[in-house]
Amino acid sequence: MNTLYLEIAVVVLGIILLMVESYSASANKARLAWIGAIGLFGVLLLSFIPQHAPAPGSPAAAFITSDLLSVFFVRLILAATIVFLLTVPSFFPALRISLPAEREGGGLGEFAILPIFVCAGLMWMVSAVDFIMIFVSLELATITLYILATYLRQNTASLESGTKFLILGALSTGFIVYGISWLFGTTGTTNLLALPSAIAALPEAAVTPLLFGIGMILVALSFKISAFPFQFWVPDVYQGAPTPVTSYLSVASKAAGFVVLIRLLGALWAIPAVSHQIHAVITLLAALTLIFGNFAAIPQTNMKRLLGYSSVAHAGYLLMAVASLSSKMAVPAIGFYFAGYLAMTMLSFVVLQVVSEATGGDEISRFNGLGRRSPLLAGAMLLAAASLAGIPFTAGFIGKLLVFEVALKQGHYGLVALGCVTVAAGFYYYFKVIRAMYWQQPAEETSIAVPGALRFLIAVLGAAIIAFGVYPAPILAALR
Amino acid sequence: MSLLLILTIVLPLAASLLIMAGADPRRTSLVAAVVNLAFSLVLFFGYDRTAGGWQFLSEWKILPKLGINMTLGADGLTLVMILLATLVTVSALWVAPKVEKYNGLYHVSLLFISAGVIGAFASLDVLFLYSFHELALIPTFLMIGIWGTGDRQAAAWKATIYLGLGSFVLLIGLIALYISIPSGHRTLDLRELDQLATSGVLHPSALIYLLLLVGFGSLVSLFPLHSWAPGAYACAPPPAAMLHAGVLKKFGLYGLIRIALPLFPEAMHELNGLLLLLVVGNILYIGYVTVSQKRLDWTIGYSSVMHMGYIFLGLASLNMIGVSGAALLMFAHGLSVAAAFALCGEIRRRTGTLEYSELGGIARTAPVLALLFGFATMASLGLPGFANFAGEVLVFFGATAAGSVMVIPVIVAVWGVVISAIYMLRAYRNVFWGPVVQRWESVADIASGAKWAVILLLLPLMIAGFYPQFILKMAGTALPH
Repeated sequence: MNTLYLEIAVVVLGIILLMVESYSASANKARLAWIGAIGLFGVLLLSFIPQHAPAPGSPAAAFITSDLLSVFFVRLILAATIVFLLTVPSFFPALRISLPAEREGGGLGEFAILPIFVCAGLMWMVSAVDFIMIFVSLELATITLYILATYLRQNTASLESGTKFLILGALSTGFIVYGISWLFGTTGTTNLLALPSAIAALPEAAVTPLLFGIGMILVALSFKISAFPFQFWVPDVYQGAPTPVTSYLSVASKAAGFVVLIRLLGALWAIPAVSHQIHAVITLLAALTLIFGNFAAIPQTNMKRLLGYSSVAHAGYLLMAVASLSSKMAVPAIGFYFAGYLAMTMLSFVVLQVVSEATGGDEISRFNGLGRRSPLLAGAMLLAAASLAGIPFTAGFIGKLLVFEVALKQGHYGLVALGCVTVAAGFYYYFKVIRAMYWQQPAEETSIAVPGALRFLIAVLGAAIIAFGVYPAPILAALR
Repeated sequence: MSLLLILTIVLPLAASLLIMAGADPRRTSLVAAVVNLAFSLVLFFGYDRTAGGWQFLSEWKILPKLGINMTLGADGLTLVMILLATLVTVSALWVAPKVEKYNGLYHVSLLFISAGVIGAFASLDVLFLYSFHELALIPTFLMIGIWGTGDRQAAAWKATIYLGLGSFVLLIGLIALYISIPSGHRTLDLRELDQLATSGVLHPSALIYLLLLVGFGSLVSLFPLHSWAPGAYACAPPPAAMLHAGVLKKFGLYGLIRIALPLFPEAMHELNGLLLLLVVGNILYIGYVTVSQKRLDWTIGYSSVMHMGYIFLGLASLNMIGVSGAALLMFAHGLSVAAAFALCGEIRRRTGTLEYSELGGIARTAPVLALLFGFATMASLGLPGFANFAGEVLVFFGATAAGSVMVIPVIVAVWGVVISAIYMLRAYRNVFWGPVVQRWESVADIASGAKWAVILLLLPLMIAGFYPQFILKMAGTALPH
């Protein structure tokens, strides 16, 4: 099966749903989200049919590949989108408040359909091997995400979040286009596969402009993966965006950014002319991101901001593995980390969504006494926090273990020592949430109801955290 | 039989799943604990002592590429510790009251501690040894924070930070140990590590031993890393204090015997002076601090810190007699401190206070409670007839045999026995004897349930006191000759 079919199927699904949305009089917009999720699940199943990459020399082969990395992350992005779509219907009440009321249910349907286009964009992005393709798919994904981030139109925080996201996103787009043009100007190619041989043929004098181009692209990618010092949009955008969008941003869009980073660095890693500088930059980036993400998370009192900084922190751990790209285990470690990261981050956002709906806010203090108000939610959050902190028998522990292991084998002793300190900081701020849930008195005693779809998600994601933590081999095998 | 060893870990977890699904918490957890005790007895007596070594082995491959497998197995020392764990679990669940908030979670937490600690003892893979211990730590923190008394949140937070950082240093030490193995030989399996050490392939530096000592040491409340312990025990609900002080804390000592003793013979020898200095601190300094306590729960909490000094002294003697004394003392102290915390909880439930200045003369109306507490007191201060005595004597013999450097620590340790007699007897007198305070004229005696729960702890203590070979022969199978 040709690899492009999956993405085409996703886009077709999105267009059909848009048509159905505009022509059907039915006010039941939740059905669109269910159909979308089922459709994407079908595509996820299709992805298990063996696929062959475009034949070498064919026009598609210049843009798209189908290797272990792309197949794994295509599935990851599909899974994240399915989780997103399943959380959408229970988010409708919150959406209704800030949408214009002229037409009953107006604007709700698009919230369930737009993610499908983001999904297609990100799927292309993880399969792309040409910077033009990367750029186009990146824009498809981010422009759609701008809309989703500002969806709560009546809510100033959401507008602020969307505006910041738009401006900084546009800025990073500028960086990446600028970087690509320098790269093309020096090497004459935008294709990642052709890049190593093109660089090898470069005269000495061309190395500096080449490095400048690579630097610009790294800046843009740092925005996407929220690495220090380009992480400053993260807490604000996370706080203002609708909770399901925040959750999706922190998993799927970051994953795609990391895949592009891996592909770019994979092409450059072993080239003597540039490798020295690149290794140093990535190591520094990893160290600073680790420090900033973890220590800035400590004083947070808002759950969404806390999770925002925690997502920066996790980018730091992932960068540790990227800095060890010489090791064969680095990419499997990153893939596994993301699989676990998807389960634990999305689980905590699902819990946050229910809690903020029931209590009217995102502060950590809203979690006070949650253990009494909803044992299910508190238990799920306990599991997610334990995994995020890296406690044994969870996916987070194995993920960190693998990352630390490859970093150690590559001799990054300083990074690992730093990682140990930041893990200890992580214990502190994740435990703060657990403390609020079980040690504090609830503001009111009423129990919190959990919608059926979310209950299903909690069970699946929770089971995944434990399953990955106890038996990680299958996930790792998918990337080796 | 190896299935039975797996079951001792799975059973508490299965019971907690049942409770979460809605089964009666008390009945379910007690049945699981009693069956688990039976399993551990079958394993204990089913162990082939003449063959020795690791038995009941089972293995799952988790990450074969990294050499991470979940390997379970037991030798004599493991089985002694598992017996201790299951005994204390039954007793702790037995005295567990019906709590108002999160009744189900209360029992689930206790079962998780039990499963975690049994898993830690039964793991042959260093990583799982560590992981299972973490699994047991988290519910401990939750229990202190949720159901504790007094300044529970501060105590729980302090314990969390100390033990969290302690186990983290431990993890770093273990990773450093793994890296120090020449590549090609890298393994996390205790059996293979032992072989590497005896064949001379392994030369870990003293620094790694220091990391392990600090890591394990803070878990065992080694002076000066002890200050989390008394407050946490004083605030913890009695069953949590019983399981932690009685069993979970012994994990640190168990780890030192399993990992440090065979793998770091040179480093342990080099740094023995440091360990001895800390031991003296544990016994003398903490001993005097204990004497100055004004509440029963703090006295017992500090005394449990102090008694760790004797076990460390046994380890530091680095010979067969001393280390087997330490092993016996781990078992004995686990039972006696669990009994003391159980009784302390019973007293608090009757009087609402544990201040010496407010208590007195309770024995008049609660003679059985007084008698049992007397037994626990005598055991704890090492009266002949209890296993604690046999353990301490062996530790003293072992330490004396280890050479002149041990003379001062041994003198201090023997003096420590006098110190513990002072505070334990004073506590006993202040609470149970003396003039009857009017408020306590009609204090009820111990309920028969709690009575048997404590007897369950004291009986093995006396059996092992009169016939210490019962434990020593088993523990001896794990120790180098």
